[in-house]
Amino acid sequence: MNDFNLLLPEFFVAGLAFLVLATDLVIPDARKHLLAYGSAAGLFGVAAFSLIFLWGDTGTLYDGAIVVDGYALFFKAFFLVIGAFVVLASIEHVRKHLEHPGEYYGILIFTVLAMMLMAASRELLTAYISLELLSFGLYVLVAYDRYNAKSNEGGAKYILLGALSSALLLYGMSQIYGLLGTTRFDGIAEALVATPDLSLGVLIGLVLIIAGLGFKIAAVPFHMWAPDAYEGAPVPVTAYLAVGSKTAAFALVVRLFMEALIPAAADWQVILVIMAALTMTVGNLGALVQTNIKRLLAYSSIGHVGYLLMGVAALAAVNGDGLVSVERSNMAIVGVVLHLAAYGVANIALFICVGAFYNATGKEDIADLAGLARRSPMIALVMASALFSLAGLPLFAGFVSKFYLFNAVGTQGLLWLAGLAIFASLVSLYYYLMIVRQMYVEPVHDDTPIRVPRLTLGVLGVLFAGMVFLGVYPAPLVDAIQYAADALLSSEGVVHLLQSLD
Amino acid sequence: METFDSYVLFALIALPLAGAALLIGVPSNKVGLIRWLATLVSAVILALSLYTFALYDHEAGGFQFERAWVWLELTGWPLGGQGIVLDLAIDGLSALMVLLTGIVMFTGVLVSWNVSERSKDFSILYFVLLAGVFGVFVSLDIFFLFFFYELAVLPMYLLIAVWGSSSDFGTFQRTKEYSAMKLMMYLVAGSVLIWIAIIAIFVQADMGTFGLRALQEGGEFSPTFQRVFFPFLMVGFGILAGLWPFHTWSPDGHVAAPTSVSMVHAGVLMKLGAYGIIRLGIGLMPEGAQEWMPVLVALGAVNVIYGALSAMGQRDLKYVVGYSSVSHMGYVLMGIATLHELGLSGAILQMFSHGIMTALFFVLIGAIYDRTHTRDIGVLEGMSKRMGTIGVLFAVAGLTSLGLPGLSGFVAELLVFLGLFQTYPILGVLGVVGAAITAVYILRLIAKVFFGTLGEQWRDQTDISRIEGLSAGILVAFLLLMGLFPFPFVRVIGSSVDALLALVAGV
Repeated sequence: MNDFNLLLPEFFVAGLAFLVLATDLVIPDARKHLLAYGSAAGLFGVAAFSLIFLWGDTGTLYDGAIVVDGYALFFKAFFLVIGAFVVLASIEHVRKHLEHPGEYYGILIFTVLAMMLMAASRELLTAYISLELLSFGLYVLVAYDRYNAKSNEGGAKYILLGALSSALLLYGMSQIYGLLGTTRFDGIAEALVATPDLSLGVLIGLVLIIAGLGFKIAAVPFHMWAPDAYEGAPVPVTAYLAVGSKTAAFALVVRLFMEALIPAAADWQVILVIMAALTMTVGNLGALVQTNIKRLLAYSSIGHVGYLLMGVAALAAVNGDGLVSVERSNMAIVGVVLHLAAYGVANIALFICVGAFYNATGKEDIADLAGLARRSPMIALVMASALFSLAGLPLFAGFVSKFYLFNAVGTQGLLWLAGLAIFASLVSLYYYLMIVRQMYVEPVHDDTPIRVPRLTLGVLGVLFAGMVFLGVYPAPLVDAIQYAADALLSSEGVVHLLQSLD
Repeated sequence: METFDSYVLFALIALPLAGAALLIGVPSNKVGLIRWLATLVSAVILALSLYTFALYDHEAGGFQFERAWVWLELTGWPLGGQGIVLDLAIDGLSALMVLLTGIVMFTGVLVSWNVSERSKDFSILYFVLLAGVFGVFVSLDIFFLFFFYELAVLPMYLLIAVWGSSSDFGTFQRTKEYSAMKLMMYLVAGSVLIWIAIIAIFVQADMGTFGLRALQEGGEFSPTFQRVFFPFLMVGFGILAGLWPFHTWSPDGHVAAPTSVSMVHAGVLMKLGAYGIIRLGIGLMPEGAQEWMPVLVALGAVNVIYGALSAMGQRDLKYVVGYSSVSHMGYVLMGIATLHELGLSGAILQMFSHGIMTALFFVLIGAIYDRTHTRDIGVLEGMSKRMGTIGVLFAVAGLTSLGLPGLSGFVAELLVFLGLFQTYPILGVLGVVGAAITAVYILRLIAKVFFGTLGEQWRDQTDISRIEGLSAGILVAFLLLMGLFPFPFVRVIGSSVDALLALVAGV
């Protein structure tokens, strides 16, 4: 029996999207910003509803294709809040630079729905469809600034490579289905346990799935689209790409690897380790030479994908005999999710700052930030804090999350990789400091104060407080994540299967 | 009193942060209010650090003023460790370092009265820096030790790059941005190594805890492990302590930084490095320490000689002191490396003595620079005729530096040499040679800058201001106090030194 109450958040969000699209038809142009307030309020409302009424409820629907558990719920709330912040960050930009606000917010809400489903999918095709719903929304949003050549270029690149990656992903899935006979995560895990030696076909399927998902999260060597898409897209969409879609993809990746592929960890761990090492190296080195702030942040977020991917590689410990142990996996899951949260808060804050600066000046090069500390102390403060957080310095969320994540990776026997990540963080500190230098040290060429809407300042204040709170007292968030991680390590799932191996 | 004592260490960390938070709310044009607020907060902190030092019960020894809060439970950890605990306590070594930090912080705030540009931001960052420093000295959980260590590094870039000064001697140029970035990169490179070592310790001990004492008791670190990972701590913390050949950030950084930041940096921050080697390096890996100490003592000897020779060739007053810091930190490193009661005590006393002495140097150089706008030894001449007090105080700092009996440097260096002659006699000779070179460059410097005929352009110079005088006076008082009455200082650190050596001997 399906308990549809568990899916109420999804129904609400879908309803909200249609409501926004319908309202768009009837309200006059001058008042379209009300759509944004309505969307944000709706998303916050659904997030509150989910947390209050569904926390602790679990169940599966549609024959196990969709699951509602602590993990899914945690991410749902996360995506809803992120979505609401992106909507709030968009208002000014949409009014000044974009046409058709109704569709913009409508599509945005649909992609939030897609992300929510990604975290809840427990079956390959459901996951694929959710991912496509997200991607299609993003293809449109990236190219939304239709008279801007860069936006079009970024959009074209994104859709071409995105379609290719979807094809790879789908081919990999068909390979798995053909050889293992199921697309359900638990079924795949059982089949992998039953046949410990992977056939070449399954391995190819696995590699194709990793490649396809690698495109979506912009892991090296599948990262080429990211800098162009980030630079071309309207700033709020860039924020959404960097935070929302990436987090959603990781939510799916962690569940897929933890629930379905973990018995084959000996085969994929090495692939992920290499990808992670490459991603953090290329991302952070690439960022060193950027002059456009959005491109720089694109490379920086590629670097962060490297750290996160390292956490995924550390989901299982593989000993010398190829035996897989999930005894310490808990820490890796918590580490990845915690870092996603810290990365998300800092990046959203950063992009809102970049957006506010762009809206006021029309510029987005790093050199244009000179003297920002005088022109707008609040933006400079939040930006510097967010950069320090991303670099992993204390008082801010990034220190705690990096410490936790790197520690988890070391715990699973990958100390050298954690060491590389720490070193990559040093490199990242260099280019983050170059931005800080522009804002605080360089002389002011033009000291007209930057006018920032009060709403934006309020949002930035909330995000700043969030960064500091998570950096100083992360225990409540870690407890919540712990609850989410427990869902993936439930005793009847992976743990049980792996115990049968011994 | 009981409750007060258990919160006093927390207050040492929380007060600077609270001060910073408070200052954020003050409008930045109310410079006077900002100054008084900063002075008030740091005076309270100085009082607290004196309080902990005075009330530390040296007969009982061990860790006192203890208080712990569970900060983050690592529930996923199968062995059910206690997780991350904000575990605050001090032993004699920390008590002395806390006192040093309190003194340098307060005197630094006093001389910062003449920071007129963006003084609010300056004070905020300065307080964050000091919160980090206090945190390192009072934390007994490795996570928090590292947390505060990084916190102390965080504000350095802006403090130097915004309020610092560039050096330009024609062929030799260093912009403050360059120096600030160099300093950050070196220090964070050091913390890369430290971080790796911390993860390795956590994984190896497999206890689910970062508690220093729990790890000391229950962590089993094999000799191979210690041999591999001790250098991570030695070099990682060593970079901050100015260990040759990773010292080059320190003269550049000290020179570029504004006066009070130079004071904190050379006076206290470099001690964090030495403290880390003692607390984590020797404390957790005594066997590895024994293996690597010959290397450390040799590098320390290079520090002493190389630093002293480099100081000799400098034209910039601040560079002289910067390189002399490298040289003096060499004594600290050599003293630690003896793993001998006298040598280790000497090293710890030298940390204190050098901290106060360098701070004094920087106060005076800052005062000279503010008046003459140059630090060029080639130009400054006969300054005593106009700056008599500065000259006398400078001579006191200089004589401490070369180890004159009656001043603190003598006690510390004597103990280091005694320790060295019992363990590495040949290198001990090098140490004494270093002291001789120090005497040469310091006396030459004093003779050139303060005596001789007064340069024509310095006719209108004024002597030290009242507030700078107060700041310098406090520092001189402690130099004399420790020089004349070393016993209270030696007594306080005694139990920590014994405990550390017992660890080493226990192997």
